[in-house]
Amino acid sequence: MKRSRTVGSAPRVSPRRTALWVVLGLGGALMVLPFLWLVRSALMTDNQIFISPPQWLPKPFAWSNFSGAMSSQPFARYFLNTMIIEVLVVTGTVLTCALAAFSFSRLRWRGRNLVFGLLLTGVMLPYAVTLIPTFVMWGSIGALDTFVPLTLPAWFAGAGGGVFNIFLFRQFFLTIPYELDEAAYLDGATPWKVFWSVIMPLSKPVVVVVVIFTFIGVWNDFLGPLLYLTDDSKFTLALGLAGFQSTYTAQWGFLMAASLVVILPITLIFFALQRYFVEGVTLTGVKG
Amino acid sequence: MSAVTGRQPSRRGDLLGVERRWGLLLAAPAILGFLIFTIGPMVASLVFSLTDWTIGAPAKFVGLGNYDKLAHDPLFWKSLNVTTYYTLGVVPLTLLIGFVVALLVNQGVRGRSFWRTVYYLPTLVPAVASSVLWIWIFNPDFGLLNSMLRQGGLPTSNWIYGERSAVPSLIIMSTWGFGNAMVIFLAGLQGVPRHLYEAVAIDGGGTWARFRHVTLPFMTPVIFYNLVTGVIGTFQVFNQAYIMTQGGPNNATQFYIYYLYTKAFTDSEIGYASALAWVLFVVVLVITVLLFRNARRWVHYEMGAAR
Repeated sequence: MKRSRTVGSAPRVSPRRTALWVVLGLGGALMVLPFLWLVRSALMTDNQIFISPPQWLPKPFAWSNFSGAMSSQPFARYFLNTMIIEVLVVTGTVLTCALAAFSFSRLRWRGRNLVFGLLLTGVMLPYAVTLIPTFVMWGSIGALDTFVPLTLPAWFAGAGGGVFNIFLFRQFFLTIPYELDEAAYLDGATPWKVFWSVIMPLSKPVVVVVVIFTFIGVWNDFLGPLLYLTDDSKFTLALGLAGFQSTYTAQWGFLMAASLVVILPITLIFFALQRYFVEGVTLTGVKG
Repeated sequence: MSAVTGRQPSRRGDLLGVERRWGLLLAAPAILGFLIFTIGPMVASLVFSLTDWTIGAPAKFVGLGNYDKLAHDPLFWKSLNVTTYYTLGVVPLTLLIGFVVALLVNQGVRGRSFWRTVYYLPTLVPAVASSVLWIWIFNPDFGLLNSMLRQGGLPTSNWIYGERSAVPSLIIMSTWGFGNAMVIFLAGLQGVPRHLYEAVAIDGGGTWARFRHVTLPFMTPVIFYNLVTGVIGTFQVFNQAYIMTQGGPNNATQFYIYYLYTKAFTDSEIGYASALAWVLFVVVLVITVLLFRNARRWVHYEMGAAR
């Protein structure tokens, strides 16, 4: 509760509050320290990086680590590949998960809760159980070393992993008054039209949340690209960075510069859309 | 599909029929996805696990031969042991630290969203970039940790390069990412009814009494959620093993999924790897069932506001 201040009164600084700030500050410093180590190393020459005890200020700032790293591997191509997969996966996931959630929350049909419950059981399944047969399946239809295994499942509500997104959409849809649907039906609307013209325009917050987390999931995905992409020209950023690490095992300036390039986009997105990040995590963990 | 226009309100049967058809149609991609990418592979995996099948050779039915083989496989037990050790380290630490930090941030201190952001940042780092960064942090000669320990006159460690210190190192790295659990705890704390705190205060209760009798009981569902998802997640760790340690040194970080991956995609032993996958499923299922049964004794749902 905000306390109003009278003229001339000194702000209250209780020992308890000071202690709280100190503890949070120290903890926060611990969280940030690895990032400082990352940035500091990304801007240092190898000569400076190996000075002991370590220096914290780059002198000079070795920006050449970035141009060197970016030109030693086709990172621009990796970025483009990642973005192609991102667009396909995010689009497919949002569309098919929202459609399923609409069906489970706003269309009254017998069995909808049973079907939804069945889909939910997929969350419990360790991905390892489906990993091998799925790989064999894609191999048998000649889809290895293509983007198909990484993108097509998203157009089926993300297969097992996507059910969380269906859950998110469903939770949000259940908060919208049903009278809006009824009014649209009286005007002759089909369920598809109700979905697209009534419900989805009202659901921007949950769409943003699903987009963010799906985007991050793809950006983070390493095992998928590792299994399905073998041609270097098809690598994603995650796969490219891992390959980079095994090639430049001791060139820490290059490695940290490359890592920073992979980390920065996600961090910037987070700062721009922080409210939705927190809302998404909240929805999955608390309301359900 | 015909529109509902012109239909009499009393024709509920027709309306329900229309909604059922549309319901199934709109959910069809998800249902097909479940069948094609979950049920189908699940059944196939079970069948594979009953064969001696190495890619390039025809599959031969061997019944429970793969399961008998893994029961006598030292690396199978090693991988189960390593993964359990890691889980028992990461999950309690992440929950404890996440909860404590959430409580501190929730104390009405100014800059709440600032602190939430700072503690959440590590969660944002992609797994590969995080692994690359921490390889450098754990470097025995010039890494951040040993450099600081050396400067402080404290004993250093071989971290991920030492047989005994490798898993503890990865536990430290994973605990750094407790931000997700913290945010969930923070959200849960927002739902605890204020009037109960006032009731305890009227009875003369202090900070500890408020925590013990109000905060903790109300937070048990959230703690349980973080516990279950944490256990399931840590049992399936792969990236750190693959990128940082390759299961070494001397199999000290032979995580279960890493071992399964090696069997399936390096050794091409499809049948054996499928058996490993099914055993993992059973292990995770048993653990989850035990957690749910145990939860009946300490998770309180009757205080409806907590959900």
